[in-house]
Amino acid sequence: MSTEQSGAVKPAMAPVVHPPSELDAPLPTKRMLVNLGPSHPAMHGTTRAVVELDGEKLASCKLDIGFLHRGFEKSCENVTWTQCFPYTDRLNYVSSIMNNVGFALAVEKLCKLKVPERAQYLRVITSEIHRICDHLTLVGAMGMELGAMTAFLYAIEARDLLWDRLTELCGARLTSNYARVGGVARDLPDGWADKTSRTLDRVVLLRDEIDGLLTRNRIFLDRTRDVAPVTREQACDLGYTGPCLRASGEPYDVRKAAPYLVYDRLDFDIPVGDRGDNFDRYLMRIEEMKQSDRIIRQCFAQMAPGEIAVRDSRYVLPPKPEVYGTIEGVMAHFKLVMEGIQVPAGEAYGYTEAANGELGFYLVSDGGGRPYKLGLRAPGWPMLASLPWMLRGALLADLVPTFDSINMIGGEVEQ
Amino acid sequence: MAKVVIDALLARFPRIAADPYQGPGGDDVVFVRKDQIVEVCRFLKTDPGMAFNMAPYITAVDYLGQEPRFEVVYNLYSTSLNHRVRLRVKVPEGDAVLPSVCGVWRGADWFERYCYDMYGIRFTDHPDLRRLFMYDEFVGHPLRKDYPLRGRQPLVKERELTEPYRGPGAASPDQA
Repeated sequence: MSTEQSGAVKPAMAPVVHPPSELDAPLPTKRMLVNLGPSHPAMHGTTRAVVELDGEKLASCKLDIGFLHRGFEKSCENVTWTQCFPYTDRLNYVSSIMNNVGFALAVEKLCKLKVPERAQYLRVITSEIHRICDHLTLVGAMGMELGAMTAFLYAIEARDLLWDRLTELCGARLTSNYARVGGVARDLPDGWADKTSRTLDRVVLLRDEIDGLLTRNRIFLDRTRDVAPVTREQACDLGYTGPCLRASGEPYDVRKAAPYLVYDRLDFDIPVGDRGDNFDRYLMRIEEMKQSDRIIRQCFAQMAPGEIAVRDSRYVLPPKPEVYGTIEGVMAHFKLVMEGIQVPAGEAYGYTEAANGELGFYLVSDGGGRPYKLGLRAPGWPMLASLPWMLRGALLADLVPTFDSINMIGGEVEQ
Repeated sequence: MAKVVIDALLARFPRIAADPYQGPGGDDVVFVRKDQIVEVCRFLKTDPGMAFNMAPYITAVDYLGQEPRFEVVYNLYSTSLNHRVRLRVKVPEGDAVLPSVCGVWRGADWFERYCYDMYGIRFTDHPDLRRLFMYDEFVGHPLRKDYPLRGRQPLVKERELTEPYRGPGAASPDQA
């Protein structure tokens, strides 16, 4: 630089040839290995990523999972079908009812059991509330990764309002344990629907606030647009489902492709992205929250009073007056508690649309009271598996937001 | 709907695909011989009438006491034609090796690692067949029916810092 300048100022003089300066010498560089996690403030859950850095760029990234593995499938194979429900709560702990419902539907598929209409509506309402909670968590956390703490606080407020309503319904904030084989655990408390509608009004305000803070935010856009893009073909090939697949442009949603419960009677849209980058994955969540809101309000309008579980003591505990008053009631209760539901022998794959994609349960029954095999298809699994590929050549700073945009939940992926 | 798929499979692979049935909920299931699983999968993916562009879930089951003992189950889905099929592949205990379908659907990677980790079923041509949830020194495969519910594991020696990814520790992955 300096030689050129001096040459320009004094053109008449002979060019001065400097010996090569130490400052111009190429710097000795080497790649740096950084270990993120399993317990790291920026990593969600207990995933460990070992990244090799070339400057600020990721030269390679390797994932190491299993720190949260607690033998979900093995545990379930050793308890009765009903006792599996609390275990399913702990898969995606942000939206536990969707796991309850997914498992209940898979068992009912094997039993060829149809649950009463009111129970179906209750399952849809609670699932969709939890879908909003799950998406709020992602949107808030993703904003927080990129420095927008305010959005996170709004999201957490909205999420807790919804969790308060579910606490009134199920008795627990997170581990709801609400669905049962053949129905749901309890009916709505008095005035719950109106109260929830008012809560949803507040959630809509907060959601729009977050939307306004992030969606057109220059910093947020610069950090998420065209980061970790996935095309439609790649997303299918990698086995993506849910909002991540739809962000890439593939309009696959189990609620539309193979409607279960009462989704075929409800009017809602499937948002689809076009670039499949982090921003599209974020935007899918915002749009889906709006659709879930529509679904819940339609359910409140459509549902009628009725039974909340099948009246069949092979599957559901008989009412207490019958248990205390008749010998048949006592026997049915005793057999259900001690031996479990006798699910017909066979195998089935039940799948539902959970917040992050297809939640599948592959069940094998030998005709006894316990699952012979319970295979869990966690929605986040394929997305997490492809994370190193998504982040090839990206910046280290994009790792955590991308990790967030796939919404990997350790509880379900690491089982 | 997916009857077309089963018919096409039986017509094209008469000696490989067999015993189709309809499971609960109308799922179409067919048994496939394990050596030809990749050919069958490639046909299912590339044939325009099948177009199974996604393998949402692959898992394994241990039928202890039956012969062959293991089974690998492929749940396939086509987003364009909206149909599903389930392939069941019997795997004997003495020869628990089958070809990997990672070359057909890249998403099969971790599912096959899971089958290896939990059941000890090995996949040839898999790009990176390591344990998924368990650590490399883990003895046995926890979801096998003969693995005890409260199985104890030997203590693992402190590792030398040889390979940073694996952390301080030994270099030999479990080849059992």
